[in-house]
Amino acid sequence: MLGSDATRAAVTCNCRVGRDFRGSAERGLLISQENELRALLSSGLAGSAADYRAFLERLGPHLRAYFKGKLARSGRAAPEAEDLVQETLMAVHTRRHTYDVGQPVTPWLYAIARYKLIDHLRRTRASLADVPVEDAGELVARDDHVAVESTLDIERLLGRLPGKMQQAIRAMKVEGLSVAEAATRSGMSESAIKVSVHRGLKAMAALAGGRRE
Amino acid sequence: MKTDELIGLLGASFASEPAKSPNLLRRIALWAAAGAAGVLCLALLALGVRSDLGEGRALTFLLAKLAFAFAVGGLALRYLGRIARPGGERRVNLGIVALPFAAVMVLAAFSLASAPPAHWGTMLTGHMWLECLVSIPAIAVVPFATLTWAVRKFGAPTDLVRAGALVGLASGGVSAMGYAIHCMDDTVPFVAVWYGGTIALCTLAGALLGPRLMRW
Repeated sequence: MLGSDATRAAVTCNCRVGRDFRGSAERGLLISQENELRALLSSGLAGSAADYRAFLERLGPHLRAYFKGKLARSGRAAPEAEDLVQETLMAVHTRRHTYDVGQPVTPWLYAIARYKLIDHLRRTRASLADVPVEDAGELVARDDHVAVESTLDIERLLGRLPGKMQQAIRAMKVEGLSVAEAATRSGMSESAIKVSVHRGLKAMAALAGGRRE
Repeated sequence: MKTDELIGLLGASFASEPAKSPNLLRRIALWAAAGAAGVLCLALLALGVRSDLGEGRALTFLLAKLAFAFAVGGLALRYLGRIARPGGERRVNLGIVALPFAAVMVLAAFSLASAPPAHWGTMLTGHMWLECLVSIPAIAVVPFATLTWAVRKFGAPTDLVRAGALVGLASGGVSAMGYAIHCMDDTVPFVAVWYGGTIALCTLAGALLGPRLMRW
């Protein structure tokens, strides 16, 4: 699945990431993660949709672990983590052109995740101050499995998009049609569907980011 | 929404726009040039070219002022191209950005030391310090707008205070280049205090506005 160029690029960057995280007990693990993510993203950006998807799939668990750890430390409930995972995935996706192929991918991803975390904490600080202390127990006690579904209400977000984008995203996500099927049904061309989905997602990412203000 | 569903959607939208890896610095520099063109128009229309440009001393000082402002703006742009990427703040060296200011201050100190103390007051305030104080920040609004737009559009800065400060610094530098065409105060201490000071003011304004204007 991986292009050999991507693998080679990943191997040559070993030393760099190793240097960034020198002294850490998890260095070996970090390097192997870095290599894997970097190879997938490089090959994805070069045009392999399958590798790009695999990159996002690998990234999910890393982000989940990161946000759960950080939120627990600041006394916040873990379910918020899934919102952040999705917000970060959308940010990574819509800002993927800011990844400099010559640089390690882990610091880039970490910077985006950290930015989204700080943004989230800042946005929710005021509203959380209003929650009575005794409620905190309930929040923490919530089952983590439920959290795989985020509080991002896709229907509400979709409702705020222009009709074309709404239609394209609904067909592909909610009804699970392929691009070709969605195209025939709506009478739009395949590329128009793809563009609509792409723009719609960007708009949804922006709405999701500001939704708790 | 389930995370898997989101990943499916993101993967599907990916095919529509295979990502190239654009040169952020070049794009941002292009918008800085657009801002500079605006500054030039404003400076020529609102202020006008200094009348004594034929004299050798005036031309030398104009070039020296341009060189200082260009160094400030150029360094700021160089680091702006880095800080516009997530995590880019680790690759920004604020010490190097401050070098032109340090250089002009050292030169100003030499200039003052070689002049009689009775002249210090005039050397520092010149004739038009108030005009300089108002003009540079006012003109800087134009490149500040184009640069903020470019960073928002092409970049994703994760340190908004520093990114804003660099946008302010670059704008101040570009604006000072425009004002230099008009400015007739030809002493190094004047440049150090009023050019340096107003550019620092632009930087401060950028640092304060960055988190509001460049959030993503």
